[in-house]
Amino acid sequence: MRPSKVIRIASQGLNRNKMRSLLTMLGVIIGVAAVIIMVSISRGTEATIEEQITTLGTNLLYVQASMLRGGPAQAQTGGLVYDDAFAIAENVAGVKGVVVEQSATGDVKGGSVTVEDVTILGTTTDFPSVRDIEVGNGRYFTDTDLDRTQKVAVLGATLAEELYGETTAIGQIVTVGNVKLTVVGVMAESGMTGSVDYDTYLFTPITVVFDKFNFDMFARMFGDSVRVIYVEVEDKTLIDQVTYGIEVLLAKRHDVSLDSLDFVVRSQDDIIETQESTTAAFRSLLGWVAGVSLIVGGIGIMNIMMVSVTERTREIGIRQSVGATPNDIRWQFLTEALLLSLVGGVIGVLAGIGGSWLFGKLGDMRTVVALSSILLAFGSAAAVGIFFGFYPANKAAQLDPIEALRHE
Amino acid sequence: MDKPEIIKTINLTKIYGMGDIQVKALEDISIEIRASEFVAIMGPSGSGKSTMMNMLGCLDHPTSGQYFLAGEDVSQLNKIQLAKIRNKQIGFVFQSYNLLPRTTALENVMLPLIYDGNDHFTESEQRVRAETMLELVGLPDRMHHHPQELSGGQSQRVAIARALINDPVLLLADEPTGNLDSHSGNEIMELLSGLNQRGTTIVIVTHEDDIAAFTRRVIHFRDGHIQTDHLNGHRPVPTHITEESHATF
Repeated sequence: MRPSKVIRIASQGLNRNKMRSLLTMLGVIIGVAAVIIMVSISRGTEATIEEQITTLGTNLLYVQASMLRGGPAQAQTGGLVYDDAFAIAENVAGVKGVVVEQSATGDVKGGSVTVEDVTILGTTTDFPSVRDIEVGNGRYFTDTDLDRTQKVAVLGATLAEELYGETTAIGQIVTVGNVKLTVVGVMAESGMTGSVDYDTYLFTPITVVFDKFNFDMFARMFGDSVRVIYVEVEDKTLIDQVTYGIEVLLAKRHDVSLDSLDFVVRSQDDIIETQESTTAAFRSLLGWVAGVSLIVGGIGIMNIMMVSVTERTREIGIRQSVGATPNDIRWQFLTEALLLSLVGGVIGVLAGIGGSWLFGKLGDMRTVVALSSILLAFGSAAAVGIFFGFYPANKAAQLDPIEALRHE
Repeated sequence: MDKPEIIKTINLTKIYGMGDIQVKALEDISIEIRASEFVAIMGPSGSGKSTMMNMLGCLDHPTSGQYFLAGEDVSQLNKIQLAKIRNKQIGFVFQSYNLLPRTTALENVMLPLIYDGNDHFTESEQRVRAETMLELVGLPDRMHHHPQELSGGQSQRVAIARALINDPVLLLADEPTGNLDSHSGNEIMELLSGLNQRGTTIVIVTHEDDIAAFTRRVIHFRDGHIQTDHLNGHRPVPTHITEESHATF
C-alpha cells in the first residue's frame, strides 16, 4: 500500500471519533507543552543569572560568610565584619578595589515628594568602579565621608527625577526615616543590571547604614557585620594568588585555621559553575517530570488503540477479506497511533510556545524557548506513538479473519 | 464440461481443536467447480458448509488435502499470500453485507483496490471503475450514500459491486439473502444469475431451497461430507441486467 493511502485511511479512522482522538491527544499535548515550557523557564532563569553574574564586573571575587561558625542566628553573617574589607584592601597584594554592601529599605522624602520603599544601599567608595556604573552629576562619597559617617547620599537617576524632577538634586536634603542626608551626587542612568535597577537606589556610606538604618534585627545584633565583600582583582591571572592572600589574612583575623574557614572566597567562574550545576540538576528534574507525562500520554494512546482495535474487529475482518495483509492492518493502526502523537505533538509545541510566552508575560519571569526542547519533545512524542502504538497494531494484524468477521 | 477448473479440491480435510477433543468439520472433500458454474452449497448447521466456504475463500488453511484455485495450489500459502489471493481472485458477499460504516458506497466498492499492491489504477481510474460497478448492480444514484442510508437490498448490491471490482475468478456468497425479505432476496439472486450468465463463477451457501433454485448445481453437505451433488434443472431468467452493462466488461 502506498504511504499516502495508509495515512488517509488512518486519518479517516481518527476522524470518525473526533472527540476521542482529541482527548487521547491531550496527554501528548500536555506532555510536549510541559517539556517546552519547563525548559524555557529554566533557560530563562539561567540567562538572567548569567547576565547578572557577568554584569557584576569581571575579575571579581566574592568573600562570603559561610555557615561553619555559630548557630542559625549567625548563618547570615558568619564572621565577616566591615573591618575585614579594609584589611583586605590594605594587606592583600593585587587587589584593585574592595566593596561591601549593606542595604536597608525606607521611604525617602525630598522636598514635597515622598518615594516609598527605596533601597538604601550602604557601600564603600569603590562601588562605582567595581560595579561598573558612573556618577552623572556631582560626586560619589569619599573615604572621608565613609570614615566620618557623613550623612551624604548619592541618588539613582530615576530616584532623583522622581524627587526633584528637572531641578537639580545636588545640595538638597532628603529625609530617610528621621535621618537627614545631603545629596552630593546623582548617578548616570544605568538601566537594569540583571534583575537590579540601580537607578532607583539611594547610595550612602555603609557606615551610615550601620549607624542609622540597621532595621534588621540580626544586623543590629551583629553591628557592622557584612554579608559579602566584593574584591576586584587587578588582573585575572592574580585571582588564585589574591584568593589565597584573603584566606590567610582573614583566617588570622578570625583566629581560625585554613582548614576550617568561616567564610568562602569564590570567583566568578566558581559561581557560574555552581549556577550551571544547579540549573542542570533543575533541568534534568524537569525533564523527568515532562518525560513521565509523555509516557502517561503514550499509555493513553495505547489504551485507546486497544479499545479501538477491539471495537473495530469487524472492520479489520472486512479489510482482511478484501485482501488486506497483516502488514496493511499493522500499518493502518500504527499510523493512527503515530498521527495521534504527532498531531498532539504539533499542538503541544504550539501550546508550549504560547504557554512560555504567557508565563513570561503574566508570571513576571523570563522564558527562553529552546529549539532543542521543541525537537526533543516532538521526537519523544513520535517515539511514544510508535512504541505504544506497536502492540495494539500488532494485535490487530494478527486477528484471524474468520473470527474478526464473526465479531459483533 | 470443457471449461477450465476454477475450484479443485483433493481430500480436503479440516479438523478443529487440538489434543483429545477433535472436530472433523470437513473430511476428504474432493470437488471440482468449473468456470461459469453457479453452485449452491446447502446443508444444515454443523454440516461443514461454512467451513467449506472459509476454505474456498482462502480465509483458512485446510488441515490436510489440497485446494487448487484457478490451477494454483493455495492450500499451504501463508497469510500474506492468502490475502493477495483474496484480493485478486475472490470476491466475497456476506449475509450481513459487511460494508464499512461511515464510508460511502463508492469508497466501500473501492476498498479492494486499496490493497491491490500493483497500484496500476490511478485514483480517478479507480473511481470510474467503482462507479461502473455500482451502475452494474443497479445503484448509479446511491454512490455517495453511507451504508446506514441504504436498504438491505441496496447494501447487498454495494457488497456485490465491491466483490466484483478486482475482476475475481470466483464470487463467493455466504447466505447473501439471509438478512433480506423475499422480494429483495429474489432481486439479489437475479442479479447474481445475470452475473453468472455473463461468465462469473459463483458459489453460494444457503439453506433455502428457493435460493438454491436459482443456481445450476447443488451440493449438499452433511457431517463434514458431501451428501449429494447434482445439477439443478430450474433456472429463472434474470431481469435486472441489461445488455448495456454487460458490455462494460
